[in-house]
Amino acid sequence: MSHEDVLNPTKLPHDPEKATLEGKNKFLAFWFFLGGETVLFASLFGTYLALNGSTQGENTPEHLFGLELVFIMTMLLLTSSLTSVYAMYHMKNHDFGKMQKWLGITVALGFAFLGFEIYEFYHYIHEYGFTFRSSAFGSAFYTLVGFHGGHVLFGLSWIVTLMIRNQKRGLNLYNAPKFYIASLYWHFIDVVWVFIFTVVYLMGKVG
Amino acid sequence: MSTAVAQKRGLGAAIWDYLTTVDHKKIAHLYLYAGGLFFLIGGLEAMIIRIQLMKPDNNFISAGLYNEMITMHGTTMIFLAAMPLIFALMNAVVPLQIGARDVAFPFLNSLGFWLFLFGGLMLNVSWFTGGAPDAGWTNYAPLSTTSPGHGVDYYVMGLQISGAGTLIGGINFLVTIVNMRAPGMTYMRMPLFTWSVFVTSTLILFAFPALTVGLFLMMFDRMFGSAFFDVGLGGNAIIWEHLFWIFGHPEVYILILPLFGAFSDIFSTFSKKRLFGYSAMVFATVLIGFLGFMVWAHHMFTVGMGPIANSIFAVATMAIAVPTGIKIFNWLFTMWGGQIKMTAAMLWSVAFIPSFTIGGMTGVMLAAAAADYQYHDTYFVVGHFHYVIVGGVVFGIFAALHYWWPKMFGIKLNEKLGKLAFWPFFVGFHLTFFIQHFLGLMGMPRRYWVFLEGQGLETGNMISTVGAFFMAIGTLIFVYNVIYSAKKEKKADGDAWGTGRTLEWAIPSPPPHYNFVQTPLVRGLDPLWVEKMDGKEGMTPAEPLGDIHMPNASFLPFMMSLGTFIAGFGFIYQVDNKAWLIAVFAGMGILLGSMLVRSVKDDLGHHIHKEEIEEDIKKGVAK
Repeated sequence: MSHEDVLNPTKLPHDPEKATLEGKNKFLAFWFFLGGETVLFASLFGTYLALNGSTQGENTPEHLFGLELVFIMTMLLLTSSLTSVYAMYHMKNHDFGKMQKWLGITVALGFAFLGFEIYEFYHYIHEYGFTFRSSAFGSAFYTLVGFHGGHVLFGLSWIVTLMIRNQKRGLNLYNAPKFYIASLYWHFIDVVWVFIFTVVYLMGKVG
Repeated sequence: MSTAVAQKRGLGAAIWDYLTTVDHKKIAHLYLYAGGLFFLIGGLEAMIIRIQLMKPDNNFISAGLYNEMITMHGTTMIFLAAMPLIFALMNAVVPLQIGARDVAFPFLNSLGFWLFLFGGLMLNVSWFTGGAPDAGWTNYAPLSTTSPGHGVDYYVMGLQISGAGTLIGGINFLVTIVNMRAPGMTYMRMPLFTWSVFVTSTLILFAFPALTVGLFLMMFDRMFGSAFFDVGLGGNAIIWEHLFWIFGHPEVYILILPLFGAFSDIFSTFSKKRLFGYSAMVFATVLIGFLGFMVWAHHMFTVGMGPIANSIFAVATMAIAVPTGIKIFNWLFTMWGGQIKMTAAMLWSVAFIPSFTIGGMTGVMLAAAAADYQYHDTYFVVGHFHYVIVGGVVFGIFAALHYWWPKMFGIKLNEKLGKLAFWPFFVGFHLTFFIQHFLGLMGMPRRYWVFLEGQGLETGNMISTVGAFFMAIGTLIFVYNVIYSAKKEKKADGDAWGTGRTLEWAIPSPPPHYNFVQTPLVRGLDPLWVEKMDGKEGMTPAEPLGDIHMPNASFLPFMMSLGTFIAGFGFIYQVDNKAWLIAVFAGMGILLGSMLVRSVKDDLGHHIHKEEIEEDIKKGVAK
């Protein structure tokens, strides 16, 4: 396939993300990568569960967490996963404008989530004096939730970069795989959050 | 651009070529040079350890330096010698064996190498900046979290950086093997080496993230005041042991499986027979890979996990002996009735079988949890793991290098010198490590700086040290052979051994940088052999002669790795002085900036035109 066919295809196929060998490779490699990421988060969850009770008698999970805030955060992130599905739906229908619009909404929801998370951490540190260093539980909590937050920030920067870079030229066979795997990453972040919500917040509050 | 062309344009151009190359064959060379250098450094450290233990109450080096030596010997040999040498073989051979023109992600391939190299350099810089890591290669907490100075910090950052490189390499080879196989190369026609690399890459993918997390926790505890392993604040030091061995046990299979694959190819080539029990071999490889994840806690029998956990892990560990036994017998049956040619590669392979089997046997002994209370942390364990790692991995690397050297460099290693290197190494290896089992049973603990007089340990330790010198002599002869062969040996044929069975022997030695002029059509297991039996010269092409698409060279992988290197120093020294945070931001800036450039700049590769390829065919450098 010539460079011209990749960058300015006369007709886009139904799955533009998998139309080239590079696209197929990226698609597969990213699934493998997410497999590795799963082990990474599994290790962090294991550590968190092992240190769950090591609060040194203060700032226990029941005492700290407020489910209202976490509920809003969960809704924001779950919705952003849905909007990224819409974006990919429009990508497969070759509607670049609508894809960008839905990715924009995804990113906005992601930033809102991140804002709440920063507020949450700030709140724990300043209202409760609960920090990364105050107990083994503190270390485990900020590391697990912070790793997830770091992934959110990276995902947002990634999607924004792709949106700006391709704003003018539209969809082609070179950038379609990039958009697609960025959306896979975003789904993965969302799935991890479901586990954090369950293991950290729900079990911390009622478990 | 080939190496020869680059050299004509001067040394600068050649260096720049290697700094920016994305060609898997050149990356294989880089891995080999770097891994070889670290192997010599690790060997030097081993010699110092053995000299210190030559006689009772010896004072050759101080106790502190001794701790640094044992830590760096283990860490260097595993992460900086064995792993990159295996990656050298993977890079040199796998794309050729599956009929591909490069790996799936040439850019990431280069990134993986530079990350490994900078991680390795970082670890070794510690010798010059106030002391190397000294908590053992396993780096158990709280010994590691309370170790003074920055030695352990270098361990954490160095392994984090090189570990990222390995993970990237693992994903790359997985995708390469799944997506880039030539037409007709079904999974059950893949050479055993490719199969074992496939399983190994899966292990890398699922094992290394556990190490990543362990190292992060260690980094946070040592550099940012968290309390994961600090019992005073509710932490738990056993978490490190679990994370380390969830990575560490699969790691030993990551080391040995590719060499199992190499031995399989070598045995069948030099016995002029197809591999005995091919599908059983594939099954055994996959099963070893799977069971390898179920046994990590056998390193922790004495921690106090209780009889149930110990029993489960003991049984799972013993089960691994079954697929390994299948392999041993299949290798023997491959040689049975074959026309055996005892080349240097074959010599190392044949010597591997009894050596490794002894290591496997002591492995089953160690797996018996109740008995392990007696063996734990003694020289018995040291003897065991050197039998499998030296007798398996190092013998395998020597065998594989002799076997594939003509494909990598276009010349064979001198056979006589190859055999001359083998004998002192082989004899020295058994002298060094066999006696260590008995030293262990007599009660000599591992990692001790000195032992006392009059406890019956003198003779054994002396024999062990003498053996180590024999191994050093063997290694030096091998190094001499590399230099000698580069000057004296004549150009090797494409099918260098005359009995090649797999695709890499169907193209010239060394191959042109696009490997295959036309992608070959694979018509069975041992595809080249199938064509030979049909009386054909070389492979049947699967495509017409045409332009070939190849990836572009890039300097970004080097820059990204350099960024992590700089940031690593920043992380280590910001504990002393916050001004070092500048290095963290600068390094991360270089890393993320390079990633941004990579993301926004289109890189579609280039085409080699049909006319150029026809020119190469005329010159005889492509086929």
